[in-house]
Amino acid sequence: MNKTWNNKAWFMVLPVLLLVAFSAVIPLMTVVNYSVQDTFGNNQFFWNGVGWFSDVLESDRFWQALGRNLLFSGIILAIEIPLGILIALNMPKKGLGVPFCLVLMALPLLIPWNVVGTIWQVFGRVDIGLLGRTLDALGISYNYVNNVFDAWMTLIVMDVWHWTSLVVLLCYAGLVSIPEAYYQAAKIDGASRWAVFRYIQLPKMKRVLLIAFLLRFMDSFMIYTEPFVITGGGPGNSTTFLSIDLVKMAIGQFDLGPAAAMSIIYFLIILLLSWIFYTVMTSSDEQA
Amino acid sequence: MARITLDHIRHAYGEKPKSEADYSLKEVHHEWNDGGAYALLGPSGCGKTTLLNIISGLLQPSEGRILFDGKDVTYLSTQQRNIAQVFQFPVIYDTMTVYDNLAFPLRNRGVAEPEVDRRVREILEMIDLSSWAKKTARGLTADQKQKISLGRGLVRNDVNAILFDEPLTVIDPHMKWVLRSQLKKLHRQFGFTMVYVTHDQTEALTFADKVVVMYDGQIVQIGTPAELFEKPKHTFVGYFIGSPGMNVLPASIDGSSIRIGEQTLDLDYKPQVAVGAKTELGIRPEFISLSRDGMPVSISKVEDIGRQKIVRAEFAGKPIAIVVPEDGEIPADPRVTFDPAAINIYADSWRVGREG
Ligand SMILES: Nc1ncnc2c1ncn2[C@@H]1O[C@H](COP(=O)(O)OP(=O)(O)O)[C@@H](O)[C@H]1O
Ligand SMILES: [Mg+2]
Repeated sequence: MNKTWNNKAWFMVLPVLLLVAFSAVIPLMTVVNYSVQDTFGNNQFFWNGVGWFSDVLESDRFWQALGRNLLFSGIILAIEIPLGILIALNMPKKGLGVPFCLVLMALPLLIPWNVVGTIWQVFGRVDIGLLGRTLDALGISYNYVNNVFDAWMTLIVMDVWHWTSLVVLLCYAGLVSIPEAYYQAAKIDGASRWAVFRYIQLPKMKRVLLIAFLLRFMDSFMIYTEPFVITGGGPGNSTTFLSIDLVKMAIGQFDLGPAAAMSIIYFLIILLLSWIFYTVMTSSDEQA
Repeated sequence: MARITLDHIRHAYGEKPKSEADYSLKEVHHEWNDGGAYALLGPSGCGKTTLLNIISGLLQPSEGRILFDGKDVTYLSTQQRNIAQVFQFPVIYDTMTVYDNLAFPLRNRGVAEPEVDRRVREILEMIDLSSWAKKTARGLTADQKQKISLGRGLVRNDVNAILFDEPLTVIDPHMKWVLRSQLKKLHRQFGFTMVYVTHDQTEALTFADKVVVMYDGQIVQIGTPAELFEKPKHTFVGYFIGSPGMNVLPASIDGSSIRIGEQTLDLDYKPQVAVGAKTELGIRPEFISLSRDGMPVSISKVEDIGRQKIVRAEFAGKPIAIVVPEDGEIPADPRVTFDPAAINIYADSWRVGREG
């Protein structure tokens, strides 16, 4: 191959670099800047080293919030991924049912986060909400305002309702890309329903599932708006996730230093976990 | 191992077929003998794959019945019919190893592991992939994938029939020859009924006892290679079998004499052609001789293809092909004679025999 090397081509990348610098790197750097300095007001800052970081890492508050995040993400992934696969497997592949199902699936995804929060906040209210009143009428005691379990249930059911469709749509896209010949061959080979899933459908869905998994993990790990709207972090601190705690710290208490340190730790955790998931899930790909 | 009867099978893919043209299979009524080796030949889109899928049960025919040894299996599943089928486009399970791919049909049927191992190794040997057994099927080349696909069809030796849908298209000629002789050997050994779809006439003619020619959703002729060559039942078979194909010339019949343009030939029988039917004369290029006497032709081109020459000429205003031996001379004032025994008469594209 005879390629011409022209280093001027790098200039083409410049606009993007500038854009990314302004939109991501520079704001991130201000956060880094806050995280290593302290202030007594008057816009005067002095060096604090890793002080804020060790403060955050030594606080119970941080670890408890992190634990809640991990639990929440774990639960919703354990529900949404299998449920999404199951629904995708049962969606029609052709006919009038296809557009109908697709639109139905896409609906929850079109609703803004805070609206979703408000919907469920009202839906679950014991005095006027349909869900709250119904459960009450059925004799089931339910109150997300003062019962920890009910608060968590509400958030989980809401997230499943809001986001399972994303997993469904991604899996469905993977499924419809499988040529008919594979299913025919499986019939000839006498494969069971499970074998068809295990050896034909799952391998084809693997890539989209990885994407679904990462998207749902990152997004649920950063959950903020819905618990803020529904429970405000309560009862007590039971639904105070890292993001909610962070906002309390930064805006409520105006502790910029610890909040900045926490942001960075938060960011690194998401990055690290996503990287781990990605490597684990793609490495089985290569050796298989 | 079974005799397979197709009892007035018709198939349309659409919901409500209105006219004959809506049927992909027009009417197939045929019996495949137990243990027979059949080649199914026909142009693309004539319904070969549809027919195979109906036999294997992947497709339910719109009309008609399928019987295995006289037992109606029309509503039985593919699994219950116990048929192996190798598809036109290779299907492999790419997360499995080559070995597991071949073992898959056996394991699904609960064959004991030592037996699985024995048969898989046999097939691996046959398709020449023994050294790849432990590798995942993903990284394989197209022809290796096709061999695995073929191997999965052959690994079960208790099947009623094996259907091959153009299984060797991307395999190189030498390997093709090897696999074809292996197939023949397996066929003799296990005696399954075998239907082999191909585009390649040499493959069909060397491989099968009986060749089934399909055209436009119908079986137009079933016969030995010699029968297809000498007495094509339909002008399509004449064109399709043989290279170059049969010359088909518009003609008109008057008793036992036949007119083509200005020329008149005498036959030793009286073909019965209905009034108004489109009449044609068919003669293979091999049975036209070129010399100084006979009917005039004008030669337009001579193609030398090794042991023979193909002469393209114009006869009675129509293009014809003539096969001349390599050392045969081409006279300056060329004339042709037709071997009377090799002349076939067609009415509306179907052959009119001496019989009636
Ligand atoms: N799944 C299908 N849906 C609708 N029409 C089809 C389908 N499969 C095949 N056909 C039509 O049926 C006819 C026969 O096809 P096929 O059996 O695949 O032919 P062949 O294998 O001889 O090339 C073609 O006209 C094709 O367009
Ligand atoms: Mg085909």
